Amino acid sequence: MAELTEVVVPDLATDPEDVRRPFRGLVRRPGFVVPAVLVLVLMIIALLPGPVAGLFGHGDPTVCDLGSSGDPPRAGHPFGFDIQGCDLYANVVYGTRSSLAVGVLTTVLALALALVIGLVAGLIGGWADFLLSRLTDIFLGFPFLLGAIVVLNSVGQRSVLTVSMTLALFGWPTMARLVRGSVRSVRGADYVLAAHTMGLGWWRVVTRYILPGAVAPVLVVATITVGGVIVAESSLTYLGIGLQAPAISWGLQLSDASDQFQNAPHLLWFPSLFLAVTVLSIISLGDTLRAALDPKQRS
Amino acid sequence: MTSPAAREQVPLLSVRDLRVVFDVSGRPVTGVDSAGFDVRAGEVLAVVGESGSGKSVTAMSVLGLLPETATVTGSIRFDGVELTGRDDRAMRVVRGRRIAMIFQDPLAALNPTFTIGWQLAEALRATRPGIRGDQIRRASLDLLESVELGDAERRLRHCPHQLSGGQAQRVVIALALAGEPELLIADEPTTALDVTVQAEVLGLLRRLQHERRMTVMIITHDMGVVADIADRVVVMRSGAVVESGDVEQVFARPSAAYTADLLAAVPRLGSRGPAAERDGGRPLVQVEALTVEYGNLLRGTFRAVDGVDLRIDRGEILGLVGESGSGKTSIGRALIGLAPVSGGRVVLDGIDLRSASRSQRAGLRRRIGVVFQNPATSINPRYTVEQTVSEPLAVHRGLRGSELDQRVDRLLAAVGLGPTAGRSWRQRYPHELSGGQRQRVAIARAVALDPDLLIADEPTSALDVSVQAVVLDTFRELQERLGFACLFVSHDLAVVDELCDRVVVLQGGRVVESGERTAVLADPQQDYTRQLIASAPYPDPVIQRSRRAA
Repeated sequence: MAELTEVVVPDLATDPEDVRRPFRGLVRRPGFVVPAVLVLVLMIIALLPGPVAGLFGHGDPTVCDLGSSGDPPRAGHPFGFDIQGCDLYANVVYGTRSSLAVGVLTTVLALALALVIGLVAGLIGGWADFLLSRLTDIFLGFPFLLGAIVVLNSVGQRSVLTVSMTLALFGWPTMARLVRGSVRSVRGADYVLAAHTMGLGWWRVVTRYILPGAVAPVLVVATITVGGVIVAESSLTYLGIGLQAPAISWGLQLSDASDQFQNAPHLLWFPSLFLAVTVLSIISLGDTLRAALDPKQRS
Repeated sequence: MTSPAAREQVPLLSVRDLRVVFDVSGRPVTGVDSAGFDVRAGEVLAVVGESGSGKSVTAMSVLGLLPETATVTGSIRFDGVELTGRDDRAMRVVRGRRIAMIFQDPLAALNPTFTIGWQLAEALRATRPGIRGDQIRRASLDLLESVELGDAERRLRHCPHQLSGGQAQRVVIALALAGEPELLIADEPTTALDVTVQAEVLGLLRRLQHERRMTVMIITHDMGVVADIADRVVVMRSGAVVESGDVEQVFARPSAAYTADLLAAVPRLGSRGPAAERDGGRPLVQVEALTVEYGNLLRGTFRAVDGVDLRIDRGEILGLVGESGSGKTSIGRALIGLAPVSGGRVVLDGIDLRSASRSQRAGLRRRIGVVFQNPATSINPRYTVEQTVSEPLAVHRGLRGSELDQRVDRLLAAVGLGPTAGRSWRQRYPHELSGGQRQRVAIARAVALDPDLLIADEPTSALDVSVQAVVLDTFRELQERLGFACLFVSHDLAVVDELCDRVVVLQGGRVVESGERTAVLADPQQDYTRQLIASAPYPDPVIQRSRRAA
């Protein structure tokens, strides 16, 4: 039965190295390159707002001239002036830092909390699962914005850190549910059982067998959360309980602009443009990341 | 015996130059490549082939049930009318009323949220316009009686989850019969069923076909099923028809080399003589009065294993045979401490599992390898072949570097995955391997630590028959070389007969019969064992016919 024993070898990609190295093949995809470059630019802006803001010669966001209040863009002031007569371009550039910081910090905090709670609930099950799941339900039932308003109103100083912690406090439940669900489904998988039968240690089974499969879906949600949090921070600030002036953030700018949309629409356009580009880039990066973590989607 | 209608030689269904190409994310993948055959009125035609042969795609294309991504060319003529290129609306007139289909997994084919009665009524209303009220009820009862489902009156009110697999498949057949179709296409109708239930369902199909003068096209991978039920057979491979002809002729004198290979790969009961007697000595595994119970006090318990005694000697392969629910998997799990043992003793190499210390237990686990049924799910999908095989060596033996490399190379070579033509298997991920290759990786992993005992739970049931033959060869070779004892759990008597030294037959968690392989399989003492052996269709139409008559 020579014909049957012949082993069918699926053709590998032309350059086998591409398939082996998780991130190498992705680098050439436009779906990765474009958002990656944009996020990189945004990070540079966040880290070094001074030089970037100074590109057009008016880099100080606090130098204002009420005489130019709400004026449209002109030479040296590409985005025009805000209602106080400050250079809008400089303000948007300086706002990048706090907006990105709130988005990333909140997501990291919420993700960490969600991973711990979801893992414990999913792995241990029983009473731990029951208690943690009900806790998750309680937080899910809480209106996100209302809860944030109550907490932020009772917090004295509203800084990037306190706002992030508040948002994280109400942001983890969805992710925790997701982690719990995927941990439970992976926990019962044959290959996890196989790992137990090999006598592998508990920690090894969790970190090598259960977590990698369980984390992939939550990573995508996490990147979407970054965008959502930036928007939420804007909403809170618009309601007057997010970051406080003299802090500079896109949320504050949008909140100011909303009153003036009729006579100075550029006040709304430019911060919104930055916000939309940031959120889109991070979300598409998250999708690429998920594909990179799944061996089946490489090549 | 050819049924009278088959001699009319009028093709009811005629497939010519059928070609189905799927668009898989922009790449064309050929599912069927120039298939052609006839189904004559009143006959049972078996389309047989391994996975990827295109047999199911062929069946689906007859009913126009392929996904949007498929492009179908060629001709499918049913009763003189061309079916290809018809839109959904036009196909609906044919589906159910003239051609009906039954599927592999009966419980998945039934709607879990509605009663059997509701689903039968739905099928009747769809295929017999104008039927109403009491007529529906009477027709439903008739249908259930014709598929020999007892207590039809009460069954109408049952939901699918209250049925066993065999009962559910009967309901699915009843649904298919609602439209009184001329052609019944059965796609692996008994693959998900136990062998005794399979025998009943095949018998039912044969009787219905005869009584209703129905034409049946059965899709299967199982040569035994072909021998049991078919008048003619079409053999497919890689999307093309390799051979077709009368079943006796194809089995006795296959014209294609592939058919001959396929037939040779099918394990046959009674093809091997008695095994050599082995010397006694202290048994490696001793199980006494083992009881395994699932569930808890609140929800009630289910006793999966009920007072089982067995022993496995060193270097011996013990076959554990039974149908689903017989407790065979639970016994395997109890040996590695992964089943809720509620009574009895498991002694491994002189150590009682119940009183063993933590470190003793961990030590024992390293001396037991496990191979699972489905290699697609039992290997970490995020590990490469190398990581999978090297993990137990690195974790338990502390091997590193070139020593580990060499060990992994030797293991992979031992299961036939050595480097071929400069291409290495080591860096592949499971999804880049075929089912047989994955199972070989799983076997390499299981024997990596040179175990004293290997527990193999249906290791070849998910594989094609030709792949099964190769994997069994690999397995036997390894066992002879490494000399491990093995608990081989299987539902397939022929496989057990080819591989094992002794056999234990289980039913409902109890041992029915046990002893030397040839003694149990050739001269069974218990009715249940006899029934099991009689139910497994023999892959030869002449022998199978005489067995059926007996």
